[in-house]
Amino acid sequence: MLFALGVAGLLVRRNLLFILMSIEIMLNAAGLAFITAGSRWAQADGQVMFIFILAMAAAEVSVGLALVLQLYHQNESLDADAASGMKG
Amino acid sequence: MNVIAFYIAGAIAVITTLLVIKSKNAAQALLYLAVSLISVAVIFYDLGAPFMAALEVIIYAGSIIVLFIFVVMMLNLGKHATEAEARLLRPGMWIGPTILAAILVGELAYMLARGNSTAPAASVIVPRQVGLALYGPYLLGVELSSILLMGALVGAYHLGWHKQPKPETQDVNREYTTSPGPGRSAVRTGSGRTPGAT
Repeated sequence: MLFALGVAGLLVRRNLLFILMSIEIMLNAAGLAFITAGSRWAQADGQVMFIFILAMAAAEVSVGLALVLQLYHQNESLDADAASGMKG
Repeated sequence: MNVIAFYIAGAIAVITTLLVIKSKNAAQALLYLAVSLISVAVIFYDLGAPFMAALEVIIYAGSIIVLFIFVVMMLNLGKHATEAEARLLRPGMWIGPTILAAILVGELAYMLARGNSTAPAASVIVPRQVGLALYGPYLLGVELSSILLMGALVGAYHLGWHKQPKPETQDVNREYTTSPGPGRSAVRTGSGRTPGAT
């Protein structure tokens, strides 16, 4: 359910900040699924995977926000479509 | 495991996530996102993972949301910053997240008070087990995630470092190629040519 909401947010919004927030929601939903499965079978593996997801989310959001700042300074907008014409 | 608390926290998580998607204002969406993460932390606590609940609050709701707020405030700079800030302080902005967070706090206090009096649930996985699994069979994963964090650190530093000098070099290049600047014409005149010869 939370994952579906994250996907919906990713598809509906065109703002780069909201897209990053939706990615966070989806990662959080995946972590919730891992914790729930680990609690269901009483194993610690689910929580280990959640720690990995946490580290990956932290890394992803730092790089993503740096890219958002860079795009904002180049395009003066946070629209995702504004970045469609970028060239190397 | 408390079923009622689980369903209340799950409903709050879904409602706040819907409000994150729907809200127009980025700051308000961040407030609702923080409440959503905290409600997921309450779900973790209810599922018997108290250490993960603490990590969720500290890392997600603490550092990641603060990072988002920093970026929102950096992008808001300008004339409208002060009136946007005044709009943030109106009660309509923060009354919804406050009510939902108060429900979560009450729920957590209830569970804490109840958990001290009665025996803990059988399916609680203590951090000791998690640590043993993390540094036992998952040691390679720990090393890989450390490499990932290192790469993210270097990448974010690189992206933030090029932000300042890049427009300057672009402007200098554009000036150099399109129009002869004063420095260029001085060089031209010094070398015996007229500036309009190009």
